[in-house]
Parts: sequence; C-alpha cells; structure tokens
Amino acid sequence: MLYRETGQFKSNYAEDMAIFPIRQDGIALGVLLAVAFIGVPLLATLHVWPFGTDYLLWAILLPFLILALAAIGTNILVGYCGQISLGSGAFMAIGAYSAYKLATGVHIPLAWLGIAITIPPLPVLASILLGGLAAAGFGIAFGIPSLRIKGLYLAVATLAAQFFFDWVFLRVPWFTNYAPSGSVNAPELNFFGVIVQTPIQRYLLCLTFVTVIAIMAKNLVRGNLGRQWMAIRDMDIAAELIGIRPLYAKLTAFAVSSFIVGVAGALWAFVYLGSWEPLAFSIDRSLDLLFMVIIGGLGSIMGSFVGAAFVLIVPVMLNLIPAELGVPLSTQTITHLQFIIFGSLICYLLIKEPRGFARLISIGKEKLRLWPFPY
Amino acid sequence: MKQIPRTEKEGFKEEDIRMTNVARKLLILAAAVLSGAAFTTPAAAQNEQFIPILSYRTGPYAVNGAPFANGMADYYNLVNERDGGINGVKLLVEECETAYATDKGVECYERLKSKGPTGAAFFNPLSTGITFALTEKTAADKIPIVTMGYGRADSKNGAVFPYNFPLLGTYWSAADIAIQHVAKELGGFDKLKGRKISLLYHDSPYGKEPIPMLQVLAQKYGFEFTPIPVTHPGVEQKSQWLAIRQNRPDYVLVWGWGVMNSTAIKEAASVAYPRDKMLGVWWSGAEPDVTPAGDQAAGYKALMLQHGAGRFPVHADIEKYVYAKGKGLSEPGKIGEVLYNRGMVNAMLGVEAIRKAQEKFGKKPLTGEQIRWGLENLILTDARIKELGFEGMMKPVSISCADHEGARYGRVQQWDGKGWKVISDWYTADESLIEPLVADVSAKYAAEKKIKPRDCAKET
Amino acid sequence: MIALGQFLEVLIGGLMSGVLYSLVALGFVLIFKASGVFNFAQGAMVLLAGLALVRALDLLVAHGVPFWAAIVLGIGFGAAIMAATAWLIERFVIGPLVNQDGLTLFMSTIGVTFVLEGAAEMIFGSDVYPLRLFPTDAWFVFEDLFPGGILVNKLDVWGALIAGILVAGLAIFFQRTKTGRALRAVADDHLAAHSVGIPISWIWFVVWLVAGLVALVAATVWGTKLGVQFSITFLALKALPVLIIGGLTSIPGAIVGGLVVGAGEKIAEVYLGPSIGGGIEYWFPYVLALAVLLVRPQGLFGERIIERI
Repeated sequence: MLYRETGQFKSNYAEDMAIFPIRQDGIALGVLLAVAFIGVPLLATLHVWPFGTDYLLWAILLPFLILALAAIGTNILVGYCGQISLGSGAFMAIGAYSAYKLATGVHIPLAWLGIAITIPPLPVLASILLGGLAAAGFGIAFGIPSLRIKGLYLAVATLAAQFFFDWVFLRVPWFTNYAPSGSVNAPELNFFGVIVQTPIQRYLLCLTFVTVIAIMAKNLVRGNLGRQWMAIRDMDIAAELIGIRPLYAKLTAFAVSSFIVGVAGALWAFVYLGSWEPLAFSIDRSLDLLFMVIIGGLGSIMGSFVGAAFVLIVPVMLNLIPAELGVPLSTQTITHLQFIIFGSLICYLLIKEPRGFARLISIGKEKLRLWPFPY
Repeated sequence: MKQIPRTEKEGFKEEDIRMTNVARKLLILAAAVLSGAAFTTPAAAQNEQFIPILSYRTGPYAVNGAPFANGMADYYNLVNERDGGINGVKLLVEECETAYATDKGVECYERLKSKGPTGAAFFNPLSTGITFALTEKTAADKIPIVTMGYGRADSKNGAVFPYNFPLLGTYWSAADIAIQHVAKELGGFDKLKGRKISLLYHDSPYGKEPIPMLQVLAQKYGFEFTPIPVTHPGVEQKSQWLAIRQNRPDYVLVWGWGVMNSTAIKEAASVAYPRDKMLGVWWSGAEPDVTPAGDQAAGYKALMLQHGAGRFPVHADIEKYVYAKGKGLSEPGKIGEVLYNRGMVNAMLGVEAIRKAQEKFGKKPLTGEQIRWGLENLILTDARIKELGFEGMMKPVSISCADHEGARYGRVQQWDGKGWKVISDWYTADESLIEPLVADVSAKYAAEKKIKPRDCAKET
Repeated sequence: MIALGQFLEVLIGGLMSGVLYSLVALGFVLIFKASGVFNFAQGAMVLLAGLALVRALDLLVAHGVPFWAAIVLGIGFGAAIMAATAWLIERFVIGPLVNQDGLTLFMSTIGVTFVLEGAAEMIFGSDVYPLRLFPTDAWFVFEDLFPGGILVNKLDVWGALIAGILVAGLAIFFQRTKTGRALRAVADDHLAAHSVGIPISWIWFVVWLVAGLVALVAATVWGTKLGVQFSITFLALKALPVLIIGGLTSIPGAIVGGLVVGAGEKIAEVYLGPSIGGGIEYWFPYVLALAVLLVRPQGLFGERIIERI
C-alpha cells in the first residue's frame, strides 16, 4: 500500500534515469541514513538498549561497515565485470600498508643514485585515499592476466596476488617500519583536527566513507562504465564486437574495485584493528568477501551490504544464541556446530536463491508494487 | 559461460510461488537472528567476578589451545568448588573461541569486556597477534592483559605498559635462557664463538619477537645466527630442513606453535639432524608437539616456563573437587600435561592477583583497574606456592611496576620417547642484556603512542 | 660436486613432495572433470577420511584387534564414511544445484567445507592423531659419489608409488569400465549423457565417492607425514597451483603439475629464498601457475576452451 508509484510521473529523461525512479525508495534510504547518522550515535551516547555497551558498535557495526565497503569493491569486479577474484584480501592489505607508510612518512634511500625519496608523514585522510590509489595501481597490474585467463583459472591466478602480498608484508621490514615483531600500530586518527577515538567517532567516520563511496559506486555502475563492465561480464566476445574495449573495461573494473577494497583495508587496519599483522588480510578474508558478494547478490550494491551483514553477523549470533539460551554446550561443540550450521546455511541459500539476497529483495519489491494481486 | 544475474530492475516473470516460501523462511531466520541480538545481559548475581577465557578449540592450533584452556577453566572451577570463590566472590567464567585469529580475538574482547557486575577481570589471549591488537584497547578500557610466557617482550616495562603483564617470562628471556643452555652443553660461553645457531620460527609476531634478542646475543658471544622462517601453519618444511642439512648448524632453536613443531621434528628426523641439538621454546615443548613424531622425537629438548609436565598436590584437588563431580573439561588422562599445567598456573596467578587486589579494595567483585593493582603488587613466596599446591612447579614471583614479568627462570626438558624429563638446573635470564633492549623498544612505543611513562618510584 | 649433490637432493625432494600434492590435486580433477565443480572441499575430505581412518584404527587396536586386520577394517570404515559423505553431498548440494554456474558451485563447496570440518572434528575429535602406516625415515643414496649422499625420504617414495598406482587405476577405471565410460560421457556433456539414459545422479555419486577414496589415500600418506589433524585441510591450498599448471581436467596433468610445483618451489626456496628473505615457496607456485596460464590459459594439459557467441 505504501509502496505505490501511482502518480509519480516522469516527464523527462533525467527523471526516468534517476538513481531512485520510485520515490519511496529514496525516502526509505533517507530514513535509513538518518537512523544510521543520527539515530545510532544518539542511542549510543545515551547508552540506550541495545547500545548499553560498546559491543554492538565496536564488534558488529564497525566491521560490518568496513567489510560492506570491501564487498562493494569486490562486487564491482566479480558481480559487475564478471572477473572472479580471490585476491581481495591482498588488495585490502596493500591499502592498509600503503596508508600506514604514507601516514608515518616514506623514506626510500636510492643509494646508487645518491639521493633519497622522502615524503613527510601525510594526514590520515590523504593516506587512506592514497592507500586506495596504491591498491588500484596494483589491481591494474594483477588485472592484466585477466585479458587472457578466464573463469576459475583467473580465480586461482588472483591467488598469486593474495599469497605474494601476504609474503611481501611479512618479509619486507620496510613496510612495517622495521618493527621487530612485524606487527604495526595505526597512527593517530587525526581528521582535520578531530582525533577519532571513541567507538561512536569511529563508527561515524566509517559510515561517512561507506556512504560516499557506495553512492559513487552506485552511480558508476549505472553509467557508461558500469554498462561496459556488465557487457563484458555477460559475454566478452559479443561486447568486443559492439565496440567495447575489453582492455579498458576490465582494467578499469580492477582499478575501481581495488581502490574501494584498498580504502576498506586501510579503514580495517586503522579504525577497527588498530594494530595488525599480514594475517589480518589472509586468504580467509578474500573468501569471506567473495561469500558476501555471492550471498548478497552479484551485481548489486545493496546486496553487498546484506551479504556483509549475513557473513559477519550470523556466525556471531550462532555463537551467542546457545549462551543466551543457557544451553550447556562446550565452546568446542558450539564452534563446531556453528561451522556446520553456517556451511549448511550457505548451501541452502545458494540452492534456494543462487542470485542472493538482492534477488529476494527485488522480488519482494515487485510483490509490494503489485499487492494485493499475486503476480 | 552462463549469464550472471542482471540488475535489480529487470523482469521477475519466470519465478513462481516457491519464492514466497524462501522469503518467508528467510524472514523467520532474520527474526531469529535479531531476537538473538537482544544482548540481554543475564541477570548476574552481584557477588561474582567475571573472568573471560579467550580460547581456541578449533582450527590449526586447537591441538595446543584446547589443553591450555582446559587447565584454566578447571582451575577456576576448582576455586569455586573447593573454596567457594575468592573470599566468597564466585568466579563467573565464559569462554570465547578465537581460532587464533586476530579479528575474532578483538570481537571476543569487545563482547566480554563489560560482562559481569564489574566487567572482565583480565584477558589471557594466548596469542601474540591478539596481544598486539589488544594492547592499546585494554589500556584505554583499563583491563589488564595477562600474557604469561608470550606477548610483547617490551611490555615487561610496566611504566609504559601499565596494563600488560607478560608474567614469568618473555620471549627475550626465553632466547637468553636457550643460549645459556646451549653454552652450557658446549662447555662455556667462550665455546659459542664461531658456532652456527639457526632459529626455525613461525612467521608471525610470535616467531619474530625473539630475533632482536638473539641478534644481540650473537653479537656478544660471536656465534653465527640464521633465522629461518616457516610460513603459517607450517605443514611443509622440507626446503627449510634441506637447507639446514646443507648448512649443518650446531643448534636449531624451534620457535613454533601447533603443527609446525611436530612437523619440524619429523623433518629433522628425515634429514638425520640430531634431535638433541634441537631446542624448542616453551611453546614448542608439550605433548602434542612430540607425540605425532613418535620415536623420532626422542631426544628433542625444549625450554620449560618453570613448570613441566606431571602431577602435583593441586592436581589431587582438581580430581577431587572438579573431576569427581564430572565438571572437568579435559580427558582425565591428560591432566598433568605441559599445556594443561600452564593453563592452571596462568589461572592461579590471575586468581592470586584478584585476592591481592581484594586486600586493598575489599572482598567484592573488582574492576579491571583494581585488579591491575593486584597484579602489579602480586608476590608469591615459596610458602604460598606450597600452600596452593604448586610446589615444584614454579619459583617465587614478585611483580612490580618496573618489572611486569615477575620472574625470569627457566629449565630445559627432554622428551625420552614417553615423557618429558627435566635435564637441567634452573637458569635465570641475564637482565643486563634484556633490560637495555626493553628500555629501548618500549621507549619507542611510548614515543609513537605519545604515552608518558609512569614514574615507578612513586607507585605504591 | 657437493653443489651438484645438494642440487640433486633438493630436486628429488621437491619432485617427491610435488607428488604428494598431486595426491590431493587428483581429487579436484576427478570432480571437476565429471561435474564442472571446482571442489574446494577436497582438503576437508582428506581431513574427514583421515580422522575416520585413524580413530577407527586406534579403537580397534585398543580392543586387541591385530594391526593388519585393524588397518583393513579402518580403511573399510573410512571408505564407508566417504561413501556416505559423497551421497549426502550429491543428494543435498550438488544435485539441487545442477546447471548453476561455476562460481555458485565453487561457493557451495566452500559451504560443504565448513560442514565437513565442523562435523569431522565434532564426531572424531580435534586432537592430533598420529598415524604410522609407512616408514618416515630416509635413505642416503650415492654416498660414494657425493659426500653425505643424497637424501631420499622413504615416505615420499611410498607416496610416489601410491600415486602411480592410483593414476594407473583411475586410467583403467575411466577407459575400461562401463561406469568409467559413462563418467566421461557425463563430463563431456551431461545433458546429452542424460538423454541417452546415463543416470546422472548415480554418476555424480560415483565421482564424489572416487574423489573421497582418493582423499582417503591422500590421508594415509599425509596423515603419516603430519599426524591427522586440522592443518591437513591447508593442503587444498597447496594443491590449487598444481591443478592450474596441469589443467583442471587432466589426470596426468595433476601429476605433472605436482612435479613442476614441487621441484620449482623447493629449488626457489633453497637457492633464491635466502637472498630475498625466505618463505617464498608460499607464493612461488602461484606465480609459476600465473606464468603458465599466460602462455596456456587452460593449463598444460587442460582441454582447449572454445568460445562461441
């Protein structure tokens, strides 16, 4: 009933092509953003349920936002451009370590030239964005093989990036500023004089990043570039025949995707972990991101959020529920059960809706539009 | 290749009613998940001290993580069953599975830090990686982080790290004790000159921590030091051992965890490297590290974090008060194993710290900040250790603001194919070497984090 | 001479450990060939098979059953467990997902991995269980030629022998038996095979069963090498570059890929590693695989991919 588009006339192309052709969608998003930007911090400041403790902010919302951002990046490559990547973790790591180096100052002595490249410590915001750019650069480099290799072969080939960068950040002490343990600490999060410290500040920071990048990504995939990507995904040879350059389309997808993933990596390291080692960006992270994208829905920005929520929150819930219900099970059994249930859920979802939550959402919307008529 | 789904706007015509069901089921699932999100703190009895255990009973390191967690949980249980808690304050224990992963460790920390009437007493992450990730958070939240025999070596300096307690020994102490033992076997420190000592290490913060100390020692005694990394989880070490076979070091120090240790022993056997020239750190010297290698492990040596395997008076209590009531977590045959015992020692130190803090702040549940005081002022004499039933397992401990380690002793044990035998006397790590390194590295940390070190002379 | 001896030793050691990777890679190839599923769960299947075998073995030996009989019964039990697993996977996961694209199927096998890991450890325990089926010490050959001889690990030789027998057996199975031929037919085109009356779900069950049995064989060798424990699942990651180099659809390719990866990574680690920091065998096989793919996008022995509009 609420979801009626009656009376919403479109009298020019711009309206027809708008990001939300249905007004209610725009309103819903507005409400969501208002809740996220104003409601949540307010409740958290007042310590109202469920924000009695920092737990929800720190351990659920913060990682959710950052991983959703990374999932958007992965979705651009996998969902929109059809290039399967198992190396997203590595690009997160590149973003994180590049940002770390830039924020703490870069010094590269070029002994044979007798000079040294020195960049003074940059502000955190610049470091994070430049970290994303560095990831984009490496994304392009590791995207080049995609011009020749396709499908699952490409997926395994991207593992080369994953393992190579795991090793680089573990072995090359320059990246960790010669920390004896190889574990590095995030610099002070100073954004134009505001030092981001409390969970609420961190949450708002990530939320801003995610909102801005998600809107940009949404617009990108609706435009010329996004359509090129989707053409390549649906059939690359046909796309090439109608004049789309695969080189350009694929490499831009790798670049944009890696940029977003890199920024997410920098946020993960700086804002969420605070102190990290390469293991934080291991192959497991890459697989998780791929899960989020597939469960959420390939080729959907909204789906990336739902997928991230599912992959992140379901295991935590599965862990919490027995404790809350007081079931006398050992941690061991609970964890094993959690593995089994999570695995079964994934299989179930894939069988029932291989196109993910995004598909279910759009079916739901369609039903609402037609309600009370079945369709 | 099949077509990958289109964007949201396109047709839905081919779908049938089945979708309704799926959507409904998912809704129910979502509802279930959300109701789980209630985060209701259970109506906790007010006279309880909450103690979290970050454990790992799954994943590649479960083999070593589980006995340690069992030892801790059983000891807390013993305190509740035998003594009715600490001075009447019951211990409320909850485990959280980290699978040795840093991000899960952080999640567990956030979940448990404010449980119970007064929040978490302290955290024992049993992972150097998680320790690094939590160091800053615990200081901000004022909850001590107890890292017995692991963690950051520089956090011994309580002036800079008020909330870190690397009790009983850091990796730098371990490195020094290991070299002392090697020197003793060779017949004196002067015999170290020109020798080759390799370090086979787990390529993570854990394995990398001892390297600076060993470099200092190599310089001082003139031995040739070669670090050899093994990538997590360490199932494949053939090339490392072929390199060792070609290089023939006089000793190989093993700084491994989990499957890496037993694999190292097996590979050593297959390249015929003498096992008695291998010396593991105290995390590479438990039963799960040697039993998979069978007879090949005979002769393998490892440091002891003071205690070794075996049963002591406290084990009788554990059997009587915990296992007889069916509340024990371990297989009864496995209590008395090295890691189980270490878990007990770890738990005991925590309990004693709470007891100490209660002397000052009253016999009630205490906050992390109050317990921090208890840890920092914890002194265990021989008499007290005997009273607790730990006689023979450890030497006296005395923690202070300047020294959060409390004791720097170690022994060496050897696996004879069936059990661990203590083969050395007590060693004491050489403070004159460790102290400058601690001061140097912790000062760097303080500068980086803009921490103003406390003046330990003013602490009471 | 010493250098040559050392080189040979590294080369032989590498080739041998490559064969052990091939044991795991074979299971991948079988399933991919027959059903187009890139089975990430192969590592978990090795763990499950190994745990079933070793736990049954321990139990039987503890009850006084003679060791040889216990081995036979234990392997039988392991095979039964793998058969049940194959049936469950076919019935509840792969069957319903028929005709989905490769990525969805790949993801579903990751789901299966979670289930298998959780179930295996819950049922059989998550400790480390030593398995001693093969000798693990070493021979030193050509001692008169090279000082110290060349080290050859007996377990590796056993592994190579078993891999050889396995490949021969699989070749006979695929070429000579009726089921094997049906398998190849399904692999080529499952719709066509279905229409000529080949029972597809039965064939897929057989494929997963065979892959499960290959996992059991891999578990005997790797279990002896590492002890049966969770870390065995990491072998899946070691087997991936082997597959890619050999080609996803070729059984001999899995062996050749294994040899290339094994020799390549060990030589790189021993000779290149020390100068750039060590630990390079971790990524070297993947970079090698990437290089091979750039020249031959379907691997060395993979079937040529023909694309049409």
